[in-house]
Amino acid sequence: MRSLVGNISLRSLRVWQRNRDVYFVTWKTNLVPPLLEPILYLLAFGAGIGALVKEVRYEGAPIGYTAFIAPGLLATQVMFQSFFENTYNTFVRMYYQRTFDAIVTTPLTLEDVMAGELLWGASKGTIGCTIMMAAISAFGLIRYPEALVIVPFSFLAGLFFAGLALCFTGLVPQIDVFNFPIFLFVMPMFLFSGTFFPLEVLPVWAQRLAWALPLTHVTRVMREACLGRLPADLGWDLLYIVLATAPVNLLGIHLMRKRLVK
Amino acid sequence: MSHVIEARGLTKKYGDLTAVDGIDFSIRAGECYGFLGPNGAGKTSTVKMIHCFAPVTAGELRVFGLDVREHPREIKTRIGVCQQEDTLDPDFSVHKNLLVFARYFGIAAREAEIRAQELLEFMGLWERRKDGIRQLSGGLKRRLVIARALINRPDLLILDEPTTGLDPQSRHQVWDRVRSLRKQGKTILLTTHYMDEAQTLCDRLVIMDHGKILIEGPPADLVRSRVGKDVIEIWGYPPALVERARQNGWNFETDSDRLFIYTDAGDEVFSAIHGQYPMERCTVRTAGLEDLFLKLTGRELRE
Ligand SMILES: Nc1ncnc2c1ncn2[C@@H]1O[C@H](COP(=O)(O)OP(=O)(O)OP(=O)(O)O)[C@@H](O)[C@H]1O
Ligand SMILES: [Mg+2]
Repeated sequence: MRSLVGNISLRSLRVWQRNRDVYFVTWKTNLVPPLLEPILYLLAFGAGIGALVKEVRYEGAPIGYTAFIAPGLLATQVMFQSFFENTYNTFVRMYYQRTFDAIVTTPLTLEDVMAGELLWGASKGTIGCTIMMAAISAFGLIRYPEALVIVPFSFLAGLFFAGLALCFTGLVPQIDVFNFPIFLFVMPMFLFSGTFFPLEVLPVWAQRLAWALPLTHVTRVMREACLGRLPADLGWDLLYIVLATAPVNLLGIHLMRKRLVK
Repeated sequence: MSHVIEARGLTKKYGDLTAVDGIDFSIRAGECYGFLGPNGAGKTSTVKMIHCFAPVTAGELRVFGLDVREHPREIKTRIGVCQQEDTLDPDFSVHKNLLVFARYFGIAAREAEIRAQELLEFMGLWERRKDGIRQLSGGLKRRLVIARALINRPDLLILDEPTTGLDPQSRHQVWDRVRSLRKQGKTILLTTHYMDEAQTLCDRLVIMDHGKILIEGPPADLVRSRVGKDVIEIWGYPPALVERARQNGWNFETDSDRLFIYTDAGDEVFSAIHGQYPMERCTVRTAGLEDLFLKLTGRELRE
């Protein structure tokens, strides 16, 4: 473990730069999903479900349904962007393009490469979340300046999901096996982390389960920030995310080393 | 320090499989050193240990006098590697591939620009610099990989099968560039399956099989001492001729339909047997590396 951390240097930023450069080659197509996605959701949920459910009770107070789900969309956006980046995209770079094989012949270590991948995965979360925030702001659902803390926070949350993703990339035999973590972890989190309905409506046992999910805490921070209720009692949520991020990232790098260095 | 690479008892195991089995070799500064061997002989495994990617299982390996286990970053700063598989970045143009690679070495943008232009011209790729990687033929890709391996002005250049799959024109062009790099004083480690390539490029070479080095030396000397000057190749040979070869103590070998006689006096032996026996065809030719290679590693298929 010590040598793993010792092998990470600032050179990992070179890998981040490489991925950023690729992102800018195709920036127009990269921009579209995070801009259009929330608009579709807000239309479907706002005009559709919102017509049935005008308000929900959230932590004791009534709140408009679209205002309730907007931060949920931001949180899931971070999760999807970072998780997909360090699963599918990292796998393509590792296996199909052999990008890492080339980079490790330069002064970068494999740990540098993986750290760069994780930083980029987290950045993808931040980029997606920020673009989506801009789109949602047009609906007047976000309170500024409080909500600006979402930008740095999305990087931290993104880093968590990036690390989680890299663990799976270190383990899956083929690219289609990513379907398992996605249907076992990502989709349940997407639906049951207080994103589309308040957890209070669930039975107690299910609530407890939901509080164990990382996305629940990410959503809660995003929601308080969007509602402009900062500083809120977010200590436990932040602590959870910080404490979970370090180990999944180190484990991800470790599993990738085990996979690639024979 | 005159040896760029020194290996003693170098061993690589993947689980139970021993890919490199305690080999010794040293490569001098400024020479072109070849690794030949059938598929699975252990060439790429050796190369991966030299560029500090595959951990050494046992033995000693020093590059520029530095232990590969202790100083990977220092070593990798000074080498250029052209890998067996295609590892170019398909999302970037030819030119951008070089610039991005330069960044990994910490080469400043302006300097990288100068070097990229120089190398694109050197490898005959300047006209194609804006093309995407997917538009390049195999030969052009190989040349770009070599250009990329030179971006850090390495002292040691490692070429793992640089011309596999190329047409004769492209191969000759690559050889020409490799020769000119050697003239510039670079040390070159080359692996290849082409005997003519090894013969024209390598000052010294080893033939490996099953992870072991079978023979080492300058190609011409090896052929001379192990095979002889000439080879007589006889198609549809009669058993009596084999018997005679055995009695005379000739250095010979057979496969399913041919008899090979290795000798320093090809013409004499040829006249002694030609017309004396029933046979389909009989020729004398100068012995080459391929004769040595097949003699040492056998004629049966691998893997
Ligand atoms: N990552 C690996 N895991 C397990 N076995 C491996 C690995 N890499 C190589 N081998 C095995 O090690 C042996 C040597 O392989 P290596 O790639 O070094 O041979 P090579 O001489 O380069 O062959 P080729 O001419 O086909 O490129 C082979 O039996 C190969 O199957
Ligand atoms: Mg090989």
